[in-house]
Amino acid sequence: MLDQTTVTADGRTIGGVLMDMRGITLRFGGVEAIKDISFDIREGEIRAIIGPNGAGKSSMLNVISGFYHPQDGEVWFRGERRPAMKPYQVARLGIARTFQNIALFEGMTVLDNIMTGRLTQMKSGMLAQAIWRGKAEKEEVANREKVEQIIDFLEIQAIRKTPVGRLPYGLKKRVELARALAAEPKLLLLDEPMAGMNVEEKEDMSRFILDVNDEFGTTIALIEHDMGVVMDISDRVVVMDYGRKIGDGTPDEVRGNQEVIDAYLGVAHD
Amino acid sequence: MLYREAGDFKTSYEADNQTFPIAFDRYRYWVVLAVAFLVIPFMINDYWANAIFVPFLIYAIAAIGLNILTGYCGQVSLGTGGFMAVGAYACYKLMTAFPDTSIVIHIVLAGGITAAVGTAFGLPSLRIKGFYLAVATLAAQFFLVWLFNKVSWFYNYSASGQINAPERFVAGFAVTGPNTAPAAQYLICLVFLTLCALIARNLTRGTIGRSWMAIRDMDIAAEIIGVNPLKAKLTAFAVSSFFIGISGALFFAVYLGAVEVGEAFGIQKSFLVLFMIIIGGLGSIFGSLAGAAFLILFPVAWKVLAVDLLGWPTDLVVHQQFMLIGALIMFFLIKEPHGLAQLWRLAKEKLRLWPFPY
Repeated sequence: MLDQTTVTADGRTIGGVLMDMRGITLRFGGVEAIKDISFDIREGEIRAIIGPNGAGKSSMLNVISGFYHPQDGEVWFRGERRPAMKPYQVARLGIARTFQNIALFEGMTVLDNIMTGRLTQMKSGMLAQAIWRGKAEKEEVANREKVEQIIDFLEIQAIRKTPVGRLPYGLKKRVELARALAAEPKLLLLDEPMAGMNVEEKEDMSRFILDVNDEFGTTIALIEHDMGVVMDISDRVVVMDYGRKIGDGTPDEVRGNQEVIDAYLGVAHD
Repeated sequence: MLYREAGDFKTSYEADNQTFPIAFDRYRYWVVLAVAFLVIPFMINDYWANAIFVPFLIYAIAAIGLNILTGYCGQVSLGTGGFMAVGAYACYKLMTAFPDTSIVIHIVLAGGITAAVGTAFGLPSLRIKGFYLAVATLAAQFFLVWLFNKVSWFYNYSASGQINAPERFVAGFAVTGPNTAPAAQYLICLVFLTLCALIARNLTRGTIGRSWMAIRDMDIAAEIIGVNPLKAKLTAFAVSSFFIGISGALFFAVYLGAVEVGEAFGIQKSFLVLFMIIIGGLGSIFGSLAGAAFLILFPVAWKVLAVDLLGWPTDLVVHQQFMLIGALIMFFLIKEPHGLAQLWRLAKEKLRLWPFPY
């Protein structure tokens, strides 16, 4: 069932398993941040990870992007077991992410920030770049074209030469998304893409996330606290609480799950 | 009125990526180069070459080197003097070992050797940052100076412990040794500075430069988008040391001619070059040039003003130079932490709209 292609109600195609987390356990000293969690992310879907504060959601994202190495469990990506890797190696596999607190390069322009996102695609050597004729320049221009497409897509043309440090919060979030998209990732991880935004900005960001998924076919895993948004845009939801998985399924299934309701609303102890 | 970008449309990304996207900047750049290459060599005399132009050109190369490491890649270094010494001694050993090879090749090779040494001393940067790295590079400074004093192989067992540049020629003109014409000294340094600045500019606007700046601004995010921190930091150390090595080789062979390592390449050299990039502007090639020009020109200008025009005693003026430079560094750190390059940028932004700022 899981390896078969399904078509969602709105006509998008969801393929086989892209990333499979099997029995992940992550400990910091005596603290178990993640306890034996398994879930998968299928190609083309929007997968949300939710849970109360301290549930281990960000730790899970850090495991996927290679910052943390779990003590137990296996990470499978595109049908192969992924060995322990450095984050920059994970990036080369086609996994990009954004951060909860924006992690842009403040001293660089928007354009340079997004161009940095294409680093994994750029191959010219140091000597070629020092001379800047032929290969290096061609490569720069070809990648610039890709970046301009993303700039168009996210509607940030007006600020392309502005240093990122001068931008307001909402735009910074958008630039960070652009930088992640520039890598043309297979899997895009978004850590609270809507944190601290007002309703209008949230609507914009939701639209961008849906468009990215729809137009580029990018698989997206996101952490988000706004339940309305999560339930509206995601195909399947993993619910975590105290490092355990307490629910997994479509938004409707999760909504009806008693354990999830208890974790969010609290439970009366008799 | 002159400084306009209105109507200066770019129709290709090549045109937008160039070093001086604004036409007026481009013309000015060519004018400066033409004056530097075609006018100054015919007017230069011994005083101007030795007091101003040659030291400026050589320090500018060192400042570009340090700026790549500190300004672009964010790795603080206090080892500049030591790396300049590596360039000088490598050049000396090459000059005496292969007397028939061109000095230009020796200088470039000296840069290469310094790059290797700099990379080795850059290894701690993978583990430590900021002040701690500064202290680690300080170790390089003291170790290298000690090494060149202690091991007499480096100065060919000469009794004085000094190294002396033998006479060498480029295209028939002496560029080292006592018979060098000021114009020849000036021109060889100018050629090296022009090439170094061009290479530095090309590297910093491309992929490598962006990965350096990414490491500087936020190393975690840099890693997550695929920058290999090991490679980025070590290439920064290598390129930076390459330029610093070239400047050290020129400083010894072309400018001083005879060098005693502790005197010429002591810790004060490291600080001087660091001050140049702080005053000039971190993360800017133009800033490196401006900072070098400022710190070389200022003492000379002050001496001309105070001693020659006002008739103050020389020793007083020497002390004043130190005090004023110290005060100016503090002034810049407080008022304009981004240095002369930022003042220049602001002036240009104002000029764009002048005289109709609406």
